[in-house]
Amino acid sequence: MKLIHEFPVLIIIIPLIFALIIPLVGRLNRILPWIIASTITFFCFLTSIFLLFTVLDTGKISYWLGGWEPPWGIEYVVDYLNAFVLAVISFIAFIVSLYSGRSVEAEINEDKQLAFYSIYMLFITGLLGIVITGDIFNMYVFLEITSLAGYAMIAMGRKRDALVASYNYLILGTIAATFILIGIGYIYMATGTLNIADLQERLPALFHSKMVLVALAFFTVGLSLKLALFPLHTWLPGAYTYAPSVVSCIMAATATKVGIYAMLRIIFGVFKIEFDIHFIPIANILIVVSSMAIIAGSAVAITQTNLKSMLAYSSVGQIGYIVLGAVLANQTAMTGSIIHILNHALMKGALFMVVGCIVYKTGIEDISGLRGMCKKMPFTMAVFTVAGLSLMGVPLTVGFVSKWYIAIGALNAGMGYLIPVIITGSLLSAVYIWRIIVNIYFPDELPEPELLYTDGGTEITDNDTYSEAPWSMLAPTMVLAVLCIYFGISATAPLSIAEKAAVMLSQ
Amino acid sequence: MVTPLCAVALIIIFSNKPNLRESWTILASLIKFGLIVFMLPTILDGKVIECAIVTVLPGLDIKFKIDALGIFFALTASFLWILTSFYSIGYVRTLNEHAQTRYFICFAVAISATIGVAFSANMFTTYLFYEMITFSTYALVAHKETPEARQGAKAYFVFLFGTSVAFLLSAIFLTYYATGTLDFSNQGIFNDARGKGLSDIFLIVTFGLFIAGTSKAAMMPFHAWLPRAMVAPTPVSAFLHAVAVVKSGIFVVVKIVLHLFGINLLAELRLGIVLAYCASFTMIVSSVIALRQDNLKARLAYSTVAQLSYVIFGVALLTPSGITGSIMHIVIHAFGKITLFFCAGAIYVAAHKTKISELDGIGRKMPFTMVAFSLASLSIIGVPPLGGFISKWYLIKGVIEAGEIALIAVLVVSTILNACYFLPVVYKAFFKELPQGETTERKEAPALMVVPLVLTTAGTLLLFFVPSIFLDLAKMVVAGLN
Amino acid sequence: MTDIIHIIQTKYYYLVVIFLMMIGLYTTISSMNLIKKIIGINIFQISVFLFYIAMAKVKYGTAPILWDKAKVYDNPLPHVLILTAIVVSVSTTAVALALIINIHKEYGTIEEDRILEKQKLDFDRSNIA
Repeated sequence: MKLIHEFPVLIIIIPLIFALIIPLVGRLNRILPWIIASTITFFCFLTSIFLLFTVLDTGKISYWLGGWEPPWGIEYVVDYLNAFVLAVISFIAFIVSLYSGRSVEAEINEDKQLAFYSIYMLFITGLLGIVITGDIFNMYVFLEITSLAGYAMIAMGRKRDALVASYNYLILGTIAATFILIGIGYIYMATGTLNIADLQERLPALFHSKMVLVALAFFTVGLSLKLALFPLHTWLPGAYTYAPSVVSCIMAATATKVGIYAMLRIIFGVFKIEFDIHFIPIANILIVVSSMAIIAGSAVAITQTNLKSMLAYSSVGQIGYIVLGAVLANQTAMTGSIIHILNHALMKGALFMVVGCIVYKTGIEDISGLRGMCKKMPFTMAVFTVAGLSLMGVPLTVGFVSKWYIAIGALNAGMGYLIPVIITGSLLSAVYIWRIIVNIYFPDELPEPELLYTDGGTEITDNDTYSEAPWSMLAPTMVLAVLCIYFGISATAPLSIAEKAAVMLSQ
Repeated sequence: MVTPLCAVALIIIFSNKPNLRESWTILASLIKFGLIVFMLPTILDGKVIECAIVTVLPGLDIKFKIDALGIFFALTASFLWILTSFYSIGYVRTLNEHAQTRYFICFAVAISATIGVAFSANMFTTYLFYEMITFSTYALVAHKETPEARQGAKAYFVFLFGTSVAFLLSAIFLTYYATGTLDFSNQGIFNDARGKGLSDIFLIVTFGLFIAGTSKAAMMPFHAWLPRAMVAPTPVSAFLHAVAVVKSGIFVVVKIVLHLFGINLLAELRLGIVLAYCASFTMIVSSVIALRQDNLKARLAYSTVAQLSYVIFGVALLTPSGITGSIMHIVIHAFGKITLFFCAGAIYVAAHKTKISELDGIGRKMPFTMVAFSLASLSIIGVPPLGGFISKWYLIKGVIEAGEIALIAVLVVSTILNACYFLPVVYKAFFKELPQGETTERKEAPALMVVPLVLTTAGTLLLFFVPSIFLDLAKMVVAGLN
Repeated sequence: MTDIIHIIQTKYYYLVVIFLMMIGLYTTISSMNLIKKIIGINIFQISVFLFYIAMAKVKYGTAPILWDKAKVYDNPLPHVLILTAIVVSVSTTAVALALIINIHKEYGTIEEDRILEKQKLDFDRSNIA
């Protein structure tokens, strides 16, 4: 038995083990936890890349946990879809953990820093677990691991509002998880199996059963709550706003994506499109809801004054895009939706990291805090501009690629009337992003700057001096921004995988 | 194409040494013009240079195709860039503007994007560079960073970006969905659309979206950004709002009409005539508005709105002469209008005057500038022996070919209006007394500014006497359509 | 009518489940006290556990332990699943209680309306500053 064959399980086990090791060894040295977290997430990233290539080479990988043959044992499956999502998540996790070093120092109380890294590892375990598992109950367990870790991380925010935000999230998250549990119960009653591949085979025969219908209803509501689909998004803005920046970053970039993955898997993988056509029009409902998410999320984002909550509402809108692409249920739109998982992770990750940098340097989270920052933090602001343009869907950035696919997909599905929705969404995001970009580069009145010294008649003030975030934070942020552009110019590589995944799902 | 971008890098590197930085700008503009001239003979032979850069998505490439129409536009833009570079240097140094590095960078980006529009081989590439122009010129419009500049820039952005996302992008989606391609073709990619069962309504809606989306062409009611963008420094107004920005908008409209929809289809749907009437409306109304402007730049801006509609008007006639005339008008108006803006800038720099009512007798103080101004305005009015006459001639011929005699009246009225808003300025400058307290002593703007504007004036004259290169290219475009 | 009686007779355990579920959800939604909300959540979760246990029952089956007198066994799998779910539920409760303790420390109350008032005050104060 070679180690390589064990990769699907190692990617879960190793972060889990180190979640326990970190608190033990972390007492020895203060930066050790950060080093461990970065190494482990880097390992996960390498592994997932390896898995991705293996899948591209040989097709589906199946790993039997404990050697028990499915459907009796728990099976880990890696196919095009989750290999892609795995790679995205582990990459973001790696980047964020590199970034976390200084940001955690600045934003989390010293006595909680050790716990942060431990919980962070647990969080990653949960995320990767949801994606890789082929067993629906196992998915529920990992979902809860992720959520519990998430509640704890949000509560680490400095403001006391963080606690309340975390509590609200906990209540809604638990209700969602319990709904999913009920859904699982119903399909287990109907089919007698929990293995996703097995369910795919057995369910179509039972589509007329009321039990399956109820199960779908519970799944839809539960998952929509988890992934913060409008109007079930109420937990998200508070949670993202008050959490430490690192946490907002990892949650925005990965947690909701995993929720979307679970939705793709269950609603489109297990329950087929035909089910929808013949029984209840769930897709139509979701189309309406996600269109509302796009418009409402972006519109509310405009009214926000706190940078983080603006980005949070923008996430609500972007989640709408992903779900919209998925429910249009044709290959083009599905490709757009899957690629947007990557794209949104890149741009939202970068944006939240920028916020982290600003908070690190100035402690300001307000939009007005960015006024005239182009001289102070030129690199950070450049990243903000790139990621912001990406969010607006300007060509040559990743945002355009996904919008293109979703729009063409909508036309292919014969729903041209969705084009205005997509366009309005991007115009609204242009409003809230451009407003800030203008403020950065062409500020109106600057806050009375502190005069530092005079240089040959010109006054050098606080606003003109270069004072950038540390490199350990800046470099990961810039990597994401560069990828935003790279995958916007040459999207062929991720697209080919996304396309294969879409084909697989729509079969 | 790439030259200006290299220049950007060099400008940034040498941002602390003004002389070196600006020499890079000039060098880049010369090299660029050289390259385009170098390609000219190949194009005149009837060949087409194509090169694909990168495939963004399957079906969406960034691709360049250098054809007669493209090189026509590129030639105009790159030649005027050289002159504008000199002029800008004179302008920003005399006025001691802030953030000069940013100014030159954005300028270079804007010009490369303009050339990108000129050479793009498909609608996607066009759209890409079209947006790039918006973003890079935003910084130029907002350059002064005063509240008015920010207001103007905001309107500029809302109009240009808003319409291009809302309408142009939707239209591109529809086009790709219906035809599966965005590559320009001589007959138009919608040429056999009716045969494929696309409904007329779909085509009309798509065409409407395209035209509404290219608000850089400043057709009413999407013209409002242009006068407001006049808060920009004058070389920017001159170059970008007489040449790069608006002309790229017009160029896109021409491309859409000729190479996306094709003249046959538009003639069948009778959309050409509708467009021609829209353009006529813009022409007359904005000329009337121009009459009422006291600010010199605002008057020039409204005149630009009117003149741009000539180009759309000519193309919309869908006849060979009309198209030739409108293509010629791109270059002729570019030379004329840039001269006028240069003059406005020179007046501002030398005498700090922006209003027409203050210009009494200024011709005696600044003879070169005002003679250039007079010649350029005569060219725009369409008086021989100046370039403007050629395009007007072809336009009238085109109207007759199209059989829409009523439109001749439009051209005549519009010409009279042109004369009404330009000639009083000339009259004031030369025949009125200077206001009290000012001496008639000669006081021109710096030579770096005066020489370019004299050269562009010479250009308008030359275009009348030797229009052959441009006319040949325009005729090649028309010939290529069949 | 007889149908309903029949359902009540044969499926009464599901009715209990639904009853508990509604009580749980109602408590979570309606009460202002954070602890009571958690209790509501717990009742809600327990109803789901009972639902699983009920569905695992096989007629005349015994507990799924190897036993020579048994002919039919209950389905053991849902039991196992529920064991896991109980663990999840307990840890959720633990996290929630920890949060509540901290909220009490920071705000001095665990009544939701009071907390909202204080949050509003915080917000206004930060806006003035």
